[in-house]
Amino acid sequence: MSTVTALPALRTRSHSGRVTQMRVALSEWTKLRTLRSTRYALFAGVVMTIGFAIIPALVNASRWSTMSVIDKASFRPLETSLIGVTIAQLAIGVLGVLIISGEYSTGMIRSTFSAVPKRLPVLWGKAGVFGLVTLVLALPSTLIAFFAAQAILKGHSLNGHDIALSFSDPGVARAVVGGALYLTLVGLFGLGLGAIFRNTAAGISAFAAILFVIPPLMGVLPASWNNAISPYLPSNAGSAIMQTGNPAHTLAPWTGLGVFAAYTAVAIAIAAIQLRRRDV
Amino acid sequence: MIEAQNLTKSYGDTKAVSDLTFTVKPGIVTGFLGPNGSGKSTTMRLILGLDAPTEGDVTVNGKRYAEFPAPLHEVGALLEARSVHTGRSAYNHLLAQAQTHGIPRSRVDDLIELVGLESVAKKRAGQFSLGMGQRLGIASALLGDPEVVMLDEPVNGLDPDGIRWIRDLMKTLAAEGRTVFLSSHLMSEMALTADHLIVIGRGRLIADVSVDEFIRRHSKHIVVVRSPQATQLAELVAGPDVTANAVEPGLLEIQGLTAAQIGTEAAAHDIVLHELAPRQASLEDAFIELTRDEVEFHATTSTHNDLEGALAA
Repeated sequence: MSTVTALPALRTRSHSGRVTQMRVALSEWTKLRTLRSTRYALFAGVVMTIGFAIIPALVNASRWSTMSVIDKASFRPLETSLIGVTIAQLAIGVLGVLIISGEYSTGMIRSTFSAVPKRLPVLWGKAGVFGLVTLVLALPSTLIAFFAAQAILKGHSLNGHDIALSFSDPGVARAVVGGALYLTLVGLFGLGLGAIFRNTAAGISAFAAILFVIPPLMGVLPASWNNAISPYLPSNAGSAIMQTGNPAHTLAPWTGLGVFAAYTAVAIAIAAIQLRRRDV
Repeated sequence: MIEAQNLTKSYGDTKAVSDLTFTVKPGIVTGFLGPNGSGKSTTMRLILGLDAPTEGDVTVNGKRYAEFPAPLHEVGALLEARSVHTGRSAYNHLLAQAQTHGIPRSRVDDLIELVGLESVAKKRAGQFSLGMGQRLGIASALLGDPEVVMLDEPVNGLDPDGIRWIRDLMKTLAAEGRTVFLSSHLMSEMALTADHLIVIGRGRLIADVSVDEFIRRHSKHIVVVRSPQATQLAELVAGPDVTANAVEPGLLEIQGLTAAQIGTEAAAHDIVLHELAPRQASLEDAFIELTRDEVEFHATTSTHNDLEGALAA
């Protein structure tokens, strides 16, 4: 170990070539899958998405016979099966922040940018890999959440109609698939914030403030202001994709998701500009 | 080859690196020497493009680092501050670095073996000792088989065995024709490893000389003499090129004569000697003196002279 006998290994036969976007993406995939925290957070996201669909479905199914007609009429089987998405977004968003802020806090970022000094391919690689991984996990999760919840609700009826929904009912496929898209965007939004703040605590605080703290605070505004502003807040806009029946003061589903996608794009664009300019 | 031209980096009002111009040549080990906080790490970050210079420029083999299509094949660097995610294993860290350049897994295995981390390669880097961390950093630096190897304080935290290993490694790399640039705040380490020295203090260039030249210029030869007739001896040997300092009664430090010359002189005058010992003032002292003089010249000139005067008296 302390001798120079192993030194012939120093020279490689050939230099394998240049940095490409695909190679950086592969490297980012390796980084993503080799951290315990990432695996836990993704697992938590899946469990929350499915678990928090099944639990409320079970609760409502078990007390359906004792519920008042008004409660029964206001029960929303689709939204119930997507409650888990709004809880899982915390895990996914925090993970998005950590994927980049963790590199700053540990000093890994210096290794990363030494290997890829142009820097931007790293941001695109992280966003691409994390976005894809989140989508690939979120889509089956929301589907399982939906079908599991509806299976539990099946057999309970209101005015002679079974309350369980079918995937082909109007707006259902859009909401279920949209839930997975929303989660993916939440993750990327977190990634953008993590890259802007370069600090885990600051990134997570900003993420929580924007998605969870500011929306309820809007209630202090005059109703007309609140109704005008609230639909455009990131989480309200994005979650419109998971609602049916066009509720008041809510953007149309795809418009809302588009607005949230625009916020995400802005966050990542700011991150990209700063990444190019700042010292590491 | 690393070339810095008027390289300057300011953080607010403070200049971490100030108007540095130097060249690091291939085929030799170049030591980058300076006290802690003198700007060595900043200079290395500037070379890697992690920080942007405020003024001036630095290139590696004629190009800025970020312009290389395959930077890890050009420069391999170990930076002083740890640059590894604590939650990832050494193997996976190296793998992720290698994948950015399409470097095969077999190369990762080779390097883990080279630096002697086989037994802990699957362990999380956060559990590594400082020495293991340094070895991982060196593996990372050599991953791309780079023409320029740049190591910031590589012997920090290594055991004597590891230190010797690094020295041999650096010399081998230089002998292969690579550019080896090595920072340290320890002159003694540099004297053993480096062929050439670039010395900085407070971000400014103090010296750019070969190690031999530096030693010749800065190391003082002193002869310590203990004698009951010290005062008499001091008067006897004193001359334009010779100084005899009375360190304490009966003890002299004579500079400018060899032990043999002093012994002969003493015998000729029947002066009794209890001790006659040649000493080489350490390079460390020379280095500290050099950087202090350059860096704080204006602030301490008077005190410094007073001190010397007091000692000479």
